[in-house]
Amino acid sequence: MSDVQTPVREQAHQEPPPDRAGAVLRAVTQGRVTTSLLAVLMAFVLGALLVCLTDDRVAAAAPYFLRRPGDLLAAVGQAVGGAYLALFQGAVWAPRDTFAASIRPLTDSLMFATPLITAGLGVALAFRVGMFNIGARGQILVAAACAGWASSSLHLPVGVHVAVALAAGLAGGALWGGIAGLLKARTGAHEVIVTIMLNYVAFYLVSLLLRTPVLQVEGSANPRSRPADATAVLPPLFGDAHTTHAGFVLALLAVAGVWWLLDRSALGFRFRAVGLNPRAARVAGIDVERVYLVVMVLAGALAGLAGAGQVLGTVTTGFGVSIEAGIGFEAITVALLGRSRPLGVLLAGLLFGAFKAGGFAMQSMQAIPVDLVLVLQSLIVLFIAAPPLVRALFRIPAPARGQE
Amino acid sequence: MKLELRGITKRFGTLVANDAIDLVVEPGQIHCLLGENGAGKSTLMNVLYGLLRADAGQILLDGAPQHFDGPGDAMRAGIGMVHQHFMLVPVLTVAENVVLGDEDVRGPGWLDMRTARRRVREISERFGFDLDPDALVGDLPVGVQQRVEIVKALARDARVLVLDEPTAVLTPQETDELMATMRRLADAGTALVFITHKLREVREVADRITVIRHGRVAGAAEPGTTTRELARLMVGRDVTLTVDRPPARPRGDGLRVDGLTVRDASGRALVDDVTLQVRGGEVLGIAGVQGNGQTELVEAITGLRAPSAGTVRLGDDDLTRAGVRAVLAAGVGHVPEDRTHDGLVGEFSIAENLVLDRSFGPPFVRRGEVRRAHLAEFARQRVDEFDVRTSSIRTQVRRLSGGNQQKVVIARELARPLRLLVAAQPTRGVDVGSIEFIHRRIVETRDAGTPVVVVSTEIDEVLGLADRIAVMYRGRVVGVVPAGTSREVLGLMMAGTPIEETDAA
Repeated sequence: MSDVQTPVREQAHQEPPPDRAGAVLRAVTQGRVTTSLLAVLMAFVLGALLVCLTDDRVAAAAPYFLRRPGDLLAAVGQAVGGAYLALFQGAVWAPRDTFAASIRPLTDSLMFATPLITAGLGVALAFRVGMFNIGARGQILVAAACAGWASSSLHLPVGVHVAVALAAGLAGGALWGGIAGLLKARTGAHEVIVTIMLNYVAFYLVSLLLRTPVLQVEGSANPRSRPADATAVLPPLFGDAHTTHAGFVLALLAVAGVWWLLDRSALGFRFRAVGLNPRAARVAGIDVERVYLVVMVLAGALAGLAGAGQVLGTVTTGFGVSIEAGIGFEAITVALLGRSRPLGVLLAGLLFGAFKAGGFAMQSMQAIPVDLVLVLQSLIVLFIAAPPLVRALFRIPAPARGQE
Repeated sequence: MKLELRGITKRFGTLVANDAIDLVVEPGQIHCLLGENGAGKSTLMNVLYGLLRADAGQILLDGAPQHFDGPGDAMRAGIGMVHQHFMLVPVLTVAENVVLGDEDVRGPGWLDMRTARRRVREISERFGFDLDPDALVGDLPVGVQQRVEIVKALARDARVLVLDEPTAVLTPQETDELMATMRRLADAGTALVFITHKLREVREVADRITVIRHGRVAGAAEPGTTTRELARLMVGRDVTLTVDRPPARPRGDGLRVDGLTVRDASGRALVDDVTLQVRGGEVLGIAGVQGNGQTELVEAITGLRAPSAGTVRLGDDDLTRAGVRAVLAAGVGHVPEDRTHDGLVGEFSIAENLVLDRSFGPPFVRRGEVRRAHLAEFARQRVDEFDVRTSSIRTQVRRLSGGNQQKVVIARELARPLRLLVAAQPTRGVDVGSIEFIHRRIVETRDAGTPVVVVSTEIDEVLGLADRIAVMYRGRVVGVVPAGTSREVLGLMMAGTPIEETDAA
């Protein structure tokens, strides 16, 4: 094969080491599907171990393992099986009288997944341009405030109102993301620092607004917003008995849109070029700074869609500052697990939505703390961030340097 | 110390980088390892230095088999390596750099710099290096920095010294000094391995020559072997080392650079009041040792860097602060000097790289969408025309050899109607076969009436391509001389001697 890069080390030797963050990003966005799947699998295995270690019956059976090994094995099976069955029943299917009632866990999962998918897309899109967008939290909060204001302070006809409220949310997120993009483009300020700081600014800004007439319920001392007008609410998808709302459809549209943007459009071509090699992009006449700004505006808008969906679909009776509910950070995990591909983000978002829905069921049915779900999520990130670890565990040969 | 490599084999996946290589280096000998980029020289040396582990084969020192798990082991065994890119800390002194990683310590952790300085002075005197142990490395010229690297190896008692492409960054005069140094080291009993692809240097200094091709020993040669014969061994077939070209017929205004000055953030002039003209149908060669302002000059011409004074005009267009996109749109083709960092997106396919600069509109973009079928057709045609060896236009560019990568860059830049071609180091790290091809395309571009600027640190390339040669030194143009100027005069000019003071004037 004459077109293969010859002596790989020779090449590596002649190049200065690429910057570390860039290398990490590249490793994450170009990791294999199997790495993601194995990371999830490993997390479940370690999670099972954790369940056993904290289970009373397992602890009771362990000391006499040598005499009656069956007891321990049965206890382990019960603990692990019970935990994961509860997770499944809470997230996908719980047998009830009617089909509609049986799939309630599944529709709950979709509801939880909706903001994770859209915010995850925002983080993933920025990843693909080589930027760590840690600011989904702030973008969601600002978007929620904007959409919340538009949904309760404007009074518009059916259809128009929800569109205007959504647009307000998107604009708020886009603005918040755009600030980070603008600062990066104009001053070179690192987006990680800027977005983290903007998260705080957004949090306290929204806290403040929730105590002013802009958002607060009249005559109340609580920092809660007014409920959304009925005209501004995203309709439920499967009837009132289910929590999934039209935001889920918007999330699917966003997945398709981001796919088109990245894989088909000229703008996405420039995005990817800048993400993979900003220097070459610049030499080819691409305005790298402009790309930084544009992508952060779009990423912010996507996170904004998550925030608006929360306010207009999930919590329509008025919200507090806890409306963000950790979605901003989980979105980072979702983008990582989805390897920054739109379809990957969709699947990862669905999985994490299921985790959320199932975690509560696990706690109530098996008395296993909901924190186990957090541990699972964290382990997944850990395994994804360390592909060599997964490769070593499963004895997958390391890809040749020139080919990874 | 006698170094012996027996049957060294190193594979990367399916690729055999070293295939049962045998090599014997005697003490007191300069052994040249000659081969093209990618032939496997550096892989072999990295195996020797413990950076890579061989899949098969043995390393013997004075007949005793060795096992290296890392450079530390190799160093302790008496092997020293001077890398092409220096491993020095610019803000430390010469003595500090020399002892770094191997510091003399007194008592509970006090650095013994007195001993360090003495060691540097001793070695320096023994080999006539003239090094001040207290000088900051960052202040030293490149040639002197290289001596620091050599002293670093010698201070660790290296008896086998490997020099990896040491002349790439040196002026011809500095190269001569290095060769004298190598000879002195050999006379003192050190075994030297000198890695290069420059035939002239090999003939000057080698006691023994081993030629490596496609990871195998292609043959051994005596020092007296002709360059033509060495080139044949290296490439595996007869090669034309000179470019066939009719005399230039300059016409039109072309590119005019007037009083161009580029400053870095601290105000130092990187390009200092440069005035040049290149007319249509001629090649202006810009010669100079690396880092004398050529890079910045090209960046200023192509819009990547805003000059602090002066103008760049192409025909009637003022391109001085136009920005990259406008400069490219004005018909400037730019082959950047560092193709992996500036010329290509390694993870992109060949097809995508061929239109890297054309994502703004027709013919490859319609209504914001990339026209994939159109692009594929274009890419296939370019790949054929430029003889890019690949199985598919969807192959990632980073998986191509250096020569094929460079052909992709050239194919892209020559795809638009050009009013100026700026090619920086167009054949660096490119195999001899591709060099011929690229040179021919550059001459064809010239003959089509386009002004061409070729920047190269290789004198042979400048002599082979240029109709006029501008020599740069510390950001200034020392002089512009005609094509037939001798290598010696160019060498002196590259070291800063004005043309009037060279004997040729």
